[in-house]
Amino acid sequence: MSTAKRGVPLVWESGLEIEPVYTPEHVAASGGLDAVGAPGEFPFTRGIHPLMYRRRPWTMRQYSGFGTAAETRERFAYLIGHGQTGLNVAFDLPTQCGLDSDDPLADGEVGRVGMAVDTLADVEEAFEGIDLNEISVSLTINGAALPIMAMYFAMARKRGYDLARLRGTAQNDILKEFIGRGTWIYPVEPSLRLVGDTIEFCARHAPRYSPVSVCGYHIRESGATPAQEMAYGLAIARAYLDHVLERGLDLDAFAGGLSFNFDIHGNLWEQVAKFRAGRRLWARILREEYGARDPRSMQMRMIAGGGGGGLTVQQPENNIVRGAYFALVSALSGTQTMALCSFDEAYTIPSEHAARLSLRTMQILMHETGLCDTVDPLGGSWFVETTTNVMEAKIAALLEDLRAQGGIVRAVSEGRVQAEVSRQAYARERRIAAGELKKVGVNCFVEQEEERAVELHPYREEQGRRQVERLERVRARRDGAALRAALEALRAAAAGGANVMPAALDAVEAYATVGDVCGVLKDVLGTYREPVRF
Amino acid sequence: MRAPIRVLIAKPGLDGHDVGAKVVCRALMEAGMEVVYTGLRQSPASIARAARDEGVEVLGLSILSGAHLPLCRRTAEELARAGGADLLWIVGGVIPPGDREALRALGVDAIFPTGSPLEAITEFIRARVEA
Repeated sequence: MSTAKRGVPLVWESGLEIEPVYTPEHVAASGGLDAVGAPGEFPFTRGIHPLMYRRRPWTMRQYSGFGTAAETRERFAYLIGHGQTGLNVAFDLPTQCGLDSDDPLADGEVGRVGMAVDTLADVEEAFEGIDLNEISVSLTINGAALPIMAMYFAMARKRGYDLARLRGTAQNDILKEFIGRGTWIYPVEPSLRLVGDTIEFCARHAPRYSPVSVCGYHIRESGATPAQEMAYGLAIARAYLDHVLERGLDLDAFAGGLSFNFDIHGNLWEQVAKFRAGRRLWARILREEYGARDPRSMQMRMIAGGGGGGLTVQQPENNIVRGAYFALVSALSGTQTMALCSFDEAYTIPSEHAARLSLRTMQILMHETGLCDTVDPLGGSWFVETTTNVMEAKIAALLEDLRAQGGIVRAVSEGRVQAEVSRQAYARERRIAAGELKKVGVNCFVEQEEERAVELHPYREEQGRRQVERLERVRARRDGAALRAALEALRAAAAGGANVMPAALDAVEAYATVGDVCGVLKDVLGTYREPVRF
Repeated sequence: MRAPIRVLIAKPGLDGHDVGAKVVCRALMEAGMEVVYTGLRQSPASIARAARDEGVEVLGLSILSGAHLPLCRRTAEELARAGGADLLWIVGGVIPPGDREALRALGVDAIFPTGSPLEAITEFIRARVEA
């Protein structure tokens, strides 16, 4: 088509130029349909299961947690009572940064953005009465993943669950924490080693547990384009694979334990292309570059639905509508698990009302709209298949660039990825300010409004004090000798290069605190120093 | 012509959300100011020291964790101790309307909640420092 007929060029954030009309010729020119394949079969473009939502719709897993374990358990019960099928646990910042609730740096932050956890006692209380076979639990914990995963396993074991059969997920993706989100503790290389320890431990003792959920999500939230989000995510996942392979583990014994977490905001079709392309590329990388034999190792399992960067503070009710579209895009993209940002989440911990509305959004989509009737309903569209092909080539080229520059671990250590995404965050902000990137309520259809009153989650300073008192009670009844021995064993394992997970399990069973475990590891492994770039 | 305005942008507490802080740093630089950014997880004491040692006229804190009241309370004390009580002090992030009066009472000169236009920040600083 001539330029005159095409009109003004339209380019997606990822750099793909979009035609006004797609035809079979576009599909052929972009690589054809040979790589589409069938759902549930390599290379999984159309989804990782043959019947997808016809057999089992996505798991609903709203991110939740605040205050003490007891308060969080109440919210869990509320969500499960309203039909939620999984849990996605939010921890407070001291816990996420490996600090106890009475640490001076924790002052004012205990229980604020998530549940406070100091010891196994808190984890026991949070999940009391919840059937861990029925409700799968995802732990959003990264820097302090080691003690928290150990506490979760210890709690499950005490309640009689067999680790060999226990399901669940930990986020535990430390490399992305250095790019966005920021709950790092140790330097980059030792952090990678600890992730390796958890993967190795799970491969050997908890093979159904997913020890890592690789997050493109937070990299996108920090400014990356959708294509970069996928490329950085895949590069990080490869870094974990490479690290664990160096330990001599068989790839198929652990690769299937990796799952993914991606962002959904932005252009609908661009996200669909990103997911279909990413799924295919991951399958190809695993089979062709890593020699995977088990199809499970090649399948990109994922959680999607969140996209805080797409929500606005202005006209907060608009976020309810955005959330519904995000849910639709996630389902069209073939996600296994969905979590939506609640409409008040730009301000506060979601109220019960807002969290329930997110849940109802997913339930309406699942039960009223026919969305689950057939697998990959967009498959075969000339537009979708062409953009999937072009997006795959784009992501592959970005991955190649990263490799040529020395790999993701080096790029993160030197702060290069951070600088790149923050440069883009600024460019995006400028495009919004200039009205080039439309945001309803922000740069168009603006209302002169009083700031709308959103119901704020109450934070009570005394809840921090209550948590500290609880911690003191647990400390007072610990067996000091057993605890010291366990922490010394942990120190020895860390210093000697052994897998620290068994020693961490023993330590938390002796009621070592998050701060005890992370303190010992910091002594041995050091503390991260951020390369400050903007 | 006066020397460029010097600004310290800081992330107090444990909050790891630094996209906004970095975007503001760039906007201030583009507006001709000199910007020092602390990075994450700074204590109020280290921020007050940095403000003094860097010789800045403006201090900007970015807080999205909800811990702005305790963090600003401690920052006010540390600024007084380090002799920085007369700095132009701004705060950005997730700051509910109901908390803004309390922040002003601590000595915060302006609050730029999430969603504020970048120009509002640069213009406020310029107007106040060059006044």
